[in-house]
Amino acid sequence: MKAIVVGGGPAGLRAAMTLAQHGLEPVLLDEAARPGGQGYRSPAPGIALDIAALMGSQKAKYERLHRQFEAARDTIDYRERTSVWAIDGHTLFIERNGHTNVLTFDSLIVASGATDRIVPLPGWTVPGVFSLGGAQIALKDQGALIGRRVAFLGSSPLLALAAKQYQATGATVAGVFDTAPFYAKIRAVPHLLHAPHTALRGLSYLAQLRMSGVPLHFGIEPVRIEGCDRVETLVLRDRTGREMHIDCDAVALGYGLKPETQLAELAGASFAFDKSFRMWLPVIDADGRAGPDLYLAGDGAAIGGADAAEASGTLAALALLADTGHTVAQSQIDRLRASIKRLRRFQRGLATAFAWPHRDAGALPGETIVCRCENVSAGDIRAALGVGLIPPELNRVKAITRCGMGRCQGRMCGPALQEIVAAQSGAPVATVGRLRTQAPIKPIALSAAEMPR
Amino acid sequence: MDEPLPHARFIRAVPRNGKRLQFVFEGEAMSGFEGETVLTALLCNTGHVRQFEFSATLRAGFCIMAACQDCWVWCEDGTRLRACTTPLADGMRLLSSPPPPEQV
Repeated sequence: MKAIVVGGGPAGLRAAMTLAQHGLEPVLLDEAARPGGQGYRSPAPGIALDIAALMGSQKAKYERLHRQFEAARDTIDYRERTSVWAIDGHTLFIERNGHTNVLTFDSLIVASGATDRIVPLPGWTVPGVFSLGGAQIALKDQGALIGRRVAFLGSSPLLALAAKQYQATGATVAGVFDTAPFYAKIRAVPHLLHAPHTALRGLSYLAQLRMSGVPLHFGIEPVRIEGCDRVETLVLRDRTGREMHIDCDAVALGYGLKPETQLAELAGASFAFDKSFRMWLPVIDADGRAGPDLYLAGDGAAIGGADAAEASGTLAALALLADTGHTVAQSQIDRLRASIKRLRRFQRGLATAFAWPHRDAGALPGETIVCRCENVSAGDIRAALGVGLIPPELNRVKAITRCGMGRCQGRMCGPALQEIVAAQSGAPVATVGRLRTQAPIKPIALSAAEMPR
Repeated sequence: MDEPLPHARFIRAVPRNGKRLQFVFEGEAMSGFEGETVLTALLCNTGHVRQFEFSATLRAGFCIMAACQDCWVWCEDGTRLRACTTPLADGMRLLSSPPPPEQV
């Protein structure tokens, strides 16, 4: 019985540990250099960062996960810096240090995590604009700040957390600018009570920032980022329509998270449109089953945060074990199911409190570059649809405009493209389709793609 | 820890314990530290990592988590690197756009 886990974040680590505890010898493939994923990323060797202090209230969970994985490491075939770039049946195509190879599996757990969901704005390609998650990784992994004077823009509870971490490590926070109005947060309170500690933690970050004099604005409208070869000013409109000019040299941009579903798709998962998140998510059962011999866990399956990732990683592994004739404790399964259900309900609350601004994304000014790989603007996309030669379907629009055809395969532009096509055509967003995944899911050099021996 | 360079984009917020590493970017001598990625080392020295191929603008990466592919740089021998996931190595000779084929 060969089980492979893809992804070295909390879900993948828990999945691999659970399989190992039940006597399997799982292979764990991690694209990163060290275990931890994005949220629980550890500093690179040589970077003298006090990660425990930076993790704050999450310190205990961070340390427990890393400590327990270290203790279990001898029982897991952990392979760092290893990317999976294609899946065909029960074969994984992997790349490590510029060389490709294949691995076959009987059962596969994909815990591929998430990236930031982005709404572009004019000027977002100027050097100095980074994803919100990236801003945190620069700090956690490299002990580096993305700028001296940083503005945090988007719609996410992580804006306040990142701003607080940046302030604590010496950056000037130019402001936290949230596109969702404050009343959206109040409206979400019933959902947020599913995880009251997390909700209170979010509020305490905001309170601490406010007390230290950091400008906090809700319900703002992003206008543009000014600067040629470097960020100089972030221009916003407040709720009254007044333009604000924020002096900064870096912008961290994030509108919540978007699952990395490419591997799940190649492995055969089916997808359904989720109305609260306004995205296509892989279809899984309560334990993470997505198809024959295929299990999905963590934020790569459904955005749930680190606690849900750990729980769903364990649960997916237990499902795999149960399906392959191993004895597992039903009480543990019941407890994990209840916990994941509660945590994912909380994330639905967050999706209300920190709404994805789909109207703004659909109405981006024509000059806004949407696809940063291929330099395709919102106007280009509308013009292609206006000719009437193509139906309002994302893959057709991609073929004509090249939006989503670049090296990131639509990871950055896809969510905005979806809203622009829906708004321009007047079609319900669930009917404009979903960008299809193509292997290789990340660019690999042709020299690496030689047939493995 | 060094004082941040005036044109640097990234700021080293904490000390480095690793060895100092020398590298060259677009012919200019620069230095970074063991443990740093190519992206961090470059952006602690300068404001960008690559020339955008469709207009005369610069890019400095975006996602910093191996997803957006906007931080590609090239070695002088033509090898392409993703700066955010490649560890800095002593003696690297890096370029902000692919070298012309006759120079590879």
